Amino acid sequence: MEHGASTTTRQAHYHVPQPMPWPIMGSFSLFCMALGSVILFNGASAGWTGIALGFMVLLYMMFRWFGDVIRESEGGKYGRWEDLSFRWGMSWFIFSEVMFFAGFFGALFWARVMSVPDLASLEHNTYLWPNFTSHWPSAGPGFEEKFSPMGAWGLPALNTVLLLSSGVTITLAHWGLIANQRGKLLFWQGMTILLGVLFLICQAVEYAHAYSDLNLKLTTGAYGTTFFMLTGFHGFHVTCGAIMLTVIWFRCLSGHFKPEHHFAFEGVAWYWHFVDVVWLGLFIFVYWL
Amino acid sequence: MSAVVDTHGHDGHGHDAHGGGYHGAGGIMRWVTTTNHKDIGTLYLWFSFIMFMTGGAMAMAIRLELFSPGIQFFNPDLFNQFTTMHGLIMLFGAIMPAFVGFANWQIPIMIGAPDMAFARLNNWSFWLLPFAATLLVMSFFTPGGAPGVGWTLYAPLTVQMGMGMDLTIFAVHLLGMSSILGSINIITTILNMRAPGMTMMRLPLFVWTWLITAYLLVAAMPVLAGAVTMTLTDRHFGTSFFNAAGGGDPVLYQHIFWFFGHPEVYIIALPAFGVVSQVLPAFSRKPLFGYASMVYATSAIAILSFIVWAHHMYTVGMPVQGQLFFMYATTLIAIPTGVKVFNWVATMWKGSLTFETPMLFAIGFLFLFTLGGFTGLMLSLVPIDIQLHDTYYVVAHFHYVMVAGALFAAFAGVYFWFPKWTGKMYDETLGQWHFWLTMIFFNMIFFVQHFLGLAGMPRRIPDYPLIFETWNKISSIGAFGFGLTQLLFLYIILKAIRSGEKAPQKPWEGADSLEWTHLPTPVPYHSFETPPVLK
Repeated sequence: MEHGASTTTRQAHYHVPQPMPWPIMGSFSLFCMALGSVILFNGASAGWTGIALGFMVLLYMMFRWFGDVIRESEGGKYGRWEDLSFRWGMSWFIFSEVMFFAGFFGALFWARVMSVPDLASLEHNTYLWPNFTSHWPSAGPGFEEKFSPMGAWGLPALNTVLLLSSGVTITLAHWGLIANQRGKLLFWQGMTILLGVLFLICQAVEYAHAYSDLNLKLTTGAYGTTFFMLTGFHGFHVTCGAIMLTVIWFRCLSGHFKPEHHFAFEGVAWYWHFVDVVWLGLFIFVYWL
Repeated sequence: MSAVVDTHGHDGHGHDAHGGGYHGAGGIMRWVTTTNHKDIGTLYLWFSFIMFMTGGAMAMAIRLELFSPGIQFFNPDLFNQFTTMHGLIMLFGAIMPAFVGFANWQIPIMIGAPDMAFARLNNWSFWLLPFAATLLVMSFFTPGGAPGVGWTLYAPLTVQMGMGMDLTIFAVHLLGMSSILGSINIITTILNMRAPGMTMMRLPLFVWTWLITAYLLVAAMPVLAGAVTMTLTDRHFGTSFFNAAGGGDPVLYQHIFWFFGHPEVYIIALPAFGVVSQVLPAFSRKPLFGYASMVYATSAIAILSFIVWAHHMYTVGMPVQGQLFFMYATTLIAIPTGVKVFNWVATMWKGSLTFETPMLFAIGFLFLFTLGGFTGLMLSLVPIDIQLHDTYYVVAHFHYVMVAGALFAAFAGVYFWFPKWTGKMYDETLGQWHFWLTMIFFNMIFFVQHFLGLAGMPRRIPDYPLIFETWNKISSIGAFGFGLTQLLFLYIILKAIRSGEKAPQKPWEGADSLEWTHLPTPVPYHSFETPPVLK
């Protein structure tokens, strides 16, 4: 979507930014969070200090770094050439996220197609687990407690509707931006955020239901593991996406973006569609089939 | 037309848009905050050299222990930690950053770009590395020490390790982040920052190989992040990814890991191919033979690298159909690799060859990498691999690819571009010494390991039967010589920086890419702010 710019040739200059301290601050914050997590996971609550410190530095760093980028963008430093860089960059970032989820989907398929059936094979029945039969959902042969799997047609189906609708509303907001109708833009962008938040609330309710009523936990063997890790990472991405949408909403409110220059909006929209598509995969393979 | 260098905010100096020199913050802050691709390239290269020395010290410790049978210096647990950390540090700390350093220095000046597409992100890609390396090395000083599980970090052993494993997991996360961000930057730079007229099929081959490498990284690194995340949650949060009692499977880890791990081999090898493809034509005074076929062969290797991963796992238990598929797919890789080797030889055929240090390392690469390729072909065959799996034959094979392949190409690249980067010539006589000593000691270490492996000596074990003693002694002596020789390399570089002769714009007669033909020596701090005119 070049919005009319495609007929012009690229400008002669590319914006090369000044030196800045934000990247090293980001590295330092991640280092603190990593070290804090290691300490925490090994039983010392002092780890929280490192995580909290790191997280605060990370927030500050993002605030300043993005602030610089937004000022540069609004200051007219980015032309079509820079815009194209952002498009390539965001595309490949989303692709890397797809591959991250692919790893976890791979784990799900492996458990369902390979390891659970194999654990019920004659060999394993003879020597290790005589009574284990292959079925899905399964928590594996060593798991004694009873649990119920999560059904697809309650909250998860509602969540599918919510996310798919949010894909429509963000497109309506985009059309509002292109047509320079700020009211339409703000309304539909607000609706998108609302749908995202509703999705997250539903997911929280669903998790509570799983833990309290279904006895379905993260520790519930292969099924609990893949269920919570896949939906959990997805929920984390929806949370990030909702925060990004909110930042964009406030930027729209402050009059940022032009009908022909608004890649920040589009990048977030791409990201939002990406979490949408991942959800469809989850709904089909984790909840439904 | 002048370049627009942003002057808002951070320092009051402003930039002279036409000036060649550096005007920003002084001292260490220059290196911490820099957004300049050349500064960042230099940081990458020095960092990788420091890591090369660190990982090298561990290799020395390993060879010291293996000098004689029996346990001499290190207990087996520490020995395992050394082999693990040697592998991780050399791959993620030394070789990969070295080639990213080349990418940073070379890609913008080879395609006529003012800088990398995302200059600030470029800084972050580098500055994640020292923090990741700190986490990695810190694991030695935790209770239980560094993980002693082998660089492949196989479950279920990783689930049982101490807190050093957690540090390693987070270090891998940061290293992966650095690689992904760096690769996105490289892809975007190559696709979007080329000077007008620099069409894709005119790109120097080094740029092509990095474009393809960057795609491999973006696709493979997140999968590794997933694998170590699963390990982390299995360790601390009671998940069952790799726990058979919960319906999971330790073999799952191996599949996910090698889905990353095999492309990783080419992530390391392809930029090395790129460097060699620049060096050989320059010293043969002929254009690269079969340029287009080189591009297609590189792409074919990259695509195939995603469907061959289980050849690392023939002995883990797999249906024979699976073994056959992965064996045939793996042997297919020999075809594009053969195309490349043929083209390199044909490039030299009837050229007016001279043998300066970069050329020597490139030819050394050609001989030894091809040998490593042949042993790889043998290992790809299931019946042979079942005999040789986890023996020193495998160790010899992948060191022929990683050291004689990647490291030799990195040396070739450093000697080749050093005059351009610094404006100083290195000492040619010492360079020749460096090559020949490296070449001789390398073969002394690793050629004999083929014999050890064929005779059945297992890898990752600190002790061995008396019968293996002679070859192990030769290998260890070679290793100490190899280690000392790399100090000579450091001396050559420092000497050249301090008192090297002034280099001309084009010290190599046959070199013809943009950095030689369009830029003065040393390359100015800001180059190609205005795109060059290409015919």
